[in-house]
Parts: sequence; structure tokens; C-alpha cells
Amino acid sequence: MADVTLRKVVKRYDEVEAVRGIDLDIADHEFVVLVGPSGCGKSTTLRMIAGLEDITGGDIMIGGDVINDVPPKDRDIAMVFQNYALYPHMTVAENMSFGLRLKRYPKAEIKSRVDEAARMLDIVELVDRKPKQLSGGQRQRVAMGRAIVRNPKVFLFDEPLSNLDAKLRVQMRIEIKKVHQKVRTTTVYVTHDQVEAMTLADRVVVMNHGRIEQVGTPNELYHRPATKFVAGFIGSPAMNFIPCRLEDVGGRLHVRLTDRISFPLPAARAARYKGVTRADKLLLGLRPEHIAEAKSHQEPGIESFDVVLDVTEPMGMETFVYFTLEGTQICGRVNPNAGARDGAPLRLAVDLNNMHLLNEVTGVVL
Amino acid sequence: MSTIAIDKSAPNRKMKYGSMSRDRTWALRWSYFFLTLFAMFSLLPPLYMLVTSLKGSAEISAATNPWWVFSPTLSNYIEILTSNQFLRFFWNSAMVSIFVVTITMLISVPAAFALARMRFWGSATLATGVFLTYLIPETLLFLPLFKMFATFGEFTGIQLINKWYVLLIVYPTLTVPFCTWIMIGYFASIPKELDEAAIIDGATWIQTLTRIFIPVAFPGIIAATIFAFTVSWAQFLYPLVFTTSIDQLVLPVGIITTLIKGDVFAWGQIMTGALLGAAPPLIIYAFLMDYYIAGLTAGATKG
Repeated sequence: MADVTLRKVVKRYDEVEAVRGIDLDIADHEFVVLVGPSGCGKSTTLRMIAGLEDITGGDIMIGGDVINDVPPKDRDIAMVFQNYALYPHMTVAENMSFGLRLKRYPKAEIKSRVDEAARMLDIVELVDRKPKQLSGGQRQRVAMGRAIVRNPKVFLFDEPLSNLDAKLRVQMRIEIKKVHQKVRTTTVYVTHDQVEAMTLADRVVVMNHGRIEQVGTPNELYHRPATKFVAGFIGSPAMNFIPCRLEDVGGRLHVRLTDRISFPLPAARAARYKGVTRADKLLLGLRPEHIAEAKSHQEPGIESFDVVLDVTEPMGMETFVYFTLEGTQICGRVNPNAGARDGAPLRLAVDLNNMHLLNEVTGVVL
Repeated sequence: MSTIAIDKSAPNRKMKYGSMSRDRTWALRWSYFFLTLFAMFSLLPPLYMLVTSLKGSAEISAATNPWWVFSPTLSNYIEILTSNQFLRFFWNSAMVSIFVVTITMLISVPAAFALARMRFWGSATLATGVFLTYLIPETLLFLPLFKMFATFGEFTGIQLINKWYVLLIVYPTLTVPFCTWIMIGYFASIPKELDEAAIIDGATWIQTLTRIFIPVAFPGIIAATIFAFTVSWAQFLYPLVFTTSIDQLVLPVGIITTLIKGDVFAWGQIMTGALLGAAPPLIIYAFLMDYYIAGLTAGATKG
């Protein structure tokens, strides 16, 4: 069993509290991604699990044992670093086997483990080269190989793809996923890239200001964010937040965006929001794909309105359109054939079945 | 048939290229001018030594052209190289230097590793302190050091003064601070993740030092070694103070003490001895120059 448990973990540097009491349960074989902006405490958390940082408060358990004071080498973990951290004077094979040689494994076993890892990562022909002779992607594979041969309880990845170019990053992302499917080792992966988090994770942990904002599967976070931070962080382009308030018009609950624009809420949404104080300052959260060109026949819950576009960004498969409502810039996503042009008027439709309503002051999704 | 339009915009670019090239030419001319100046400045004294070492004492005292040898002779070389005294000085110098280099590296490499990597209370202050020690001139230190050894001799009966091995204690006060400082700089340029990876791989601090840091920092270690060797080979004041018996002298002091008799200077032999004495560092530099430069410029560029 190699489940990882964090209980009220705190990390304080002098005056600064980098991690402010986080609780997290990572199941055996699970791939968990810690994601958040820089300085949110995700790397610190990972380094505390690795034993590279002392824990100021709380407990970290691996396989049920508290490992707060266990030195890194006895935690049975392996770590992959952003800058690969390969030993420059050793060959690929020596790099991969360093840990095993220190532990005095028999030569034959070291060789078979290195061979197997090299085969898995497709670096068999590189084993006699020095790191300097490898490309970034190859170095990252070697760093992963070094982790794999140790056959540890937990893999820790610290922004492993950040030094790679965009194309290679996508390729290595798939590679990491494949490796995890093969070895099934519990993995904690830190990144600031929400796309990486979404594509790799069984569960994503969104962190901000040293706290966990939300834990959930990628789909949960995308469709049911708990806070404004998560709603805005997950998804690209980001969710639109439009200042609004609720009002009752003729017995139906409406959401009013501007003096001119007000939409009746679909029945399910109206039921959910009927207890919300009407005077509260609210935000209407809408993802770009839920603001599209208006069609002649509208489904229930889809409401159309006219705007004048500021800018359009044709992406080929779709076109992002930007317009302004009362000073708030809003992004929509329309069909490339919808006739969107810079500065031109367009009739758009919002899908209120997928709307989110947030309290502007607390940032909580209602 | 179609005609091909020829791009006529080239002259514009050529002009710019020309002016760039003119700048570069001038920069190069100035560089060579100053390089020649400095080369002459540093090479003329050894050339003068070489010329003088090939002259007999009669020609040296005669007022002939000092830059030319009219009757070349190897007598100075023969005399020096067959003199047991000179060979003794040479041997003493070699012993002192080899031991000092060894002692220095054994102290400063682990010290630098500890100061650069093992964060402990006061490590930063201590690192600065190490460097400050290097700034204290030996002319200030030789009297207190002499007094210390004299007192030590009185209390223990172990006489260190006037023994060549007293230099093994004294020289490291010069070499250890500087070598530690060089190595701190070199170790600091090694990415932090490298020792973290080693620690996670299960290496102890000692293993991290011996199996990762020393091999990676090898150019730096060579640079520090050369420095320590040069300092102990060329040191003059300390051996002059601490050793007096002929058989305990090192080369620089030995040459001066034995070849200047009263006001009679055996210039030919002095020059020959100095030239032969300069040979070992020269040979070492020549072989290890690339490492030396890499070591001193570490951290300036990545990798």
C-alpha cells in the first residue's frame, strides 16, 4: 500500500506561511496533480512529501506511516525535477542506476532494471551517452527512468515539462500517462499548467495562497467549480465573470446583467437560486463555449442578445469573439462561419443551463 | 519566357555590414596593441633572465649589450644542477608544495561543500569570514606566528622553527581560505536539484560530495590545486622567517641566501636558479590551462 495522506500540514518560513494547513488523501495507484499559480505552495507541499523541506506542523503519511522525520532516502520515493537534475559526469545508465548502486543491489538486477526502464521509455540506444549529448525530451525521459528503476512507493514530479517546448510537452505528457498506466505507482505531480493538470490527473488539487481550493476529477472541477478561483483557473480561455443581480419579474427569476439585458432563468436554475438575497452583488459565470452565435431555433434556457464585437480570434476550428458589457470584457466562442468580424454586430446566445452564479464578495459558487 | 526580378536592395545592407566590420577592425587593432604591450611587459623579465643565465660572469660584469649573448655558455646550468644544495632546495620546495596542496584540498573541498550546501546556523557569515582571512597580509602574521611556534616549542619541547615541515602548518593559512572561497563559488554554481536528486537517490552527504560534487566540480578543484601549488612554490616571506639552516631551505629563499655572498651577487646562477625554479609551475599551467580557465570562470556561464 502506498497511499499518501496529509493532515493539517503547515510550512512556515520565518514570517511567511507557504502552506497553511492542508488535508489531502491520495489513494494507492492514484495520479494526483497539484496545480495553482506560482507561490501557491504546491511545490513546497511536494518537497515536504519528498523530505527536502521540514514540516512545520501536521503529519505526512506514506502507506500509513508518519514520515515527518524520516530522511528522504528512507521514504521510498523518487522525484523528477524541472531541470532534470541528471548527474552530468555519468552516462544515462549510470544516472539511472545510481540509487540502486548506493543501495548495493546485485549487478545483474541493476542491469535488468535499467534495461527494462530504458525499453519502457524508448531510450535503449542512449544508455551509454552523457546527459550533455541528449535533447531536453531525452533528458526528461532519463530522469523518469531514474525514478522508475528504483521502483518506489511514490513518484513525485516537480513541473517536469516546464523546460520543454510546447510540442514536446504534449508528447511527454502522453508519455508520462502511458508510464503511469504501466507501473501504476502512486504519483504526485506539480504543475502551474492547468491543461497538464486536466489531461494527466485522476484527481486535481487546486491550490491558492497555501490552501487547497478544491479537490476533484478534472470534469468535476471544470463543470462544478467550488470557488471563483477554481472557476477562473481551470479552462482556457478562462470563464467569464459578468456582474449581475437577481430580480423577480412577473413571478419568474431573472438575472439582470445591464439595464438593457436581462434573462429569465431556466426552471432548474431558478429553483437552486431562489433563496439568494436579491440585493447581493453577484457574478454570472459563463464559459466561452456557452456564449455562442444565436440560432433560429433556441433550446429552453438559451437566451440571445445583440452585441458589437471588439476583436475576433479565428482559431480555425472555432472563433473566439471578445465584446464588452458595462466595462467587463467577455469572451465567446462561435462557429467560424457565423460571420464574426472585428467591430461588427453579432447576435449571440448564452446557455444558462450551464451558468454559474457566484457571490462577488466571498467568491463562492452558489 | 518570364523575366526574373533581381533584388536591388542589397547595397543598403552592404553599407551597414561595412561599418560593422570597420568597428570590429578597430576594436581588434586596439586589442592587439594592448595585448602586445602587456605581453612585452610580462615576457621581458623572463627573457632577460634567460639571456643573463647564458652568460659567463665576466660578460655579465662587462658593459656589453644586456639583451644579447656574445659568448653563450651553459656553465651556470651545469653548476646549479650539479650542486647538491640546489637540488636539496628543489626537493624541499617540491615536498612542501605537494604536502601543502594535499592538505589544502583535504580541508578546503569539504569545508567549501559544507559552507555552500549544508545550511547550518552561521554558515553564510562563516563563508565571508573565510574570505576575510585571506585579505590579511602575511607581513602582519609572520611575527605572531613565529611567537606562537616559539611558545609552543617552549611548552612541549617540540621544535617546529627551522624545520621545513613548519611550512606545512603555515602555508595553509594562505591557501585554505582562497581555495575554500574558489570552491564555494564553484559548488554554488552546481544546481541545487543535483544534490537533492542525490539525497533522494539515497546518498549521504559524504557520498554526495565524493560521487557527485567532486567529479562535477573537477575543473574548479584543478584551479584551486594550481593556485595552492603556485602560492606554496613561490612563497618567500614565511620560509625566510621560519627556516634558516641551509638544508631546510626552499628554492626561492635558498637561491637568495646562498648565491648572494655579502655584496657579491652571482647573477648568472641566480637567474639560472630562478628560471629553473619557475619551470614546474609553468609546466603545470601549460598542461592544465584549460581546466584552470574553466575553473576560474565557473558560474559566468551555465553548464
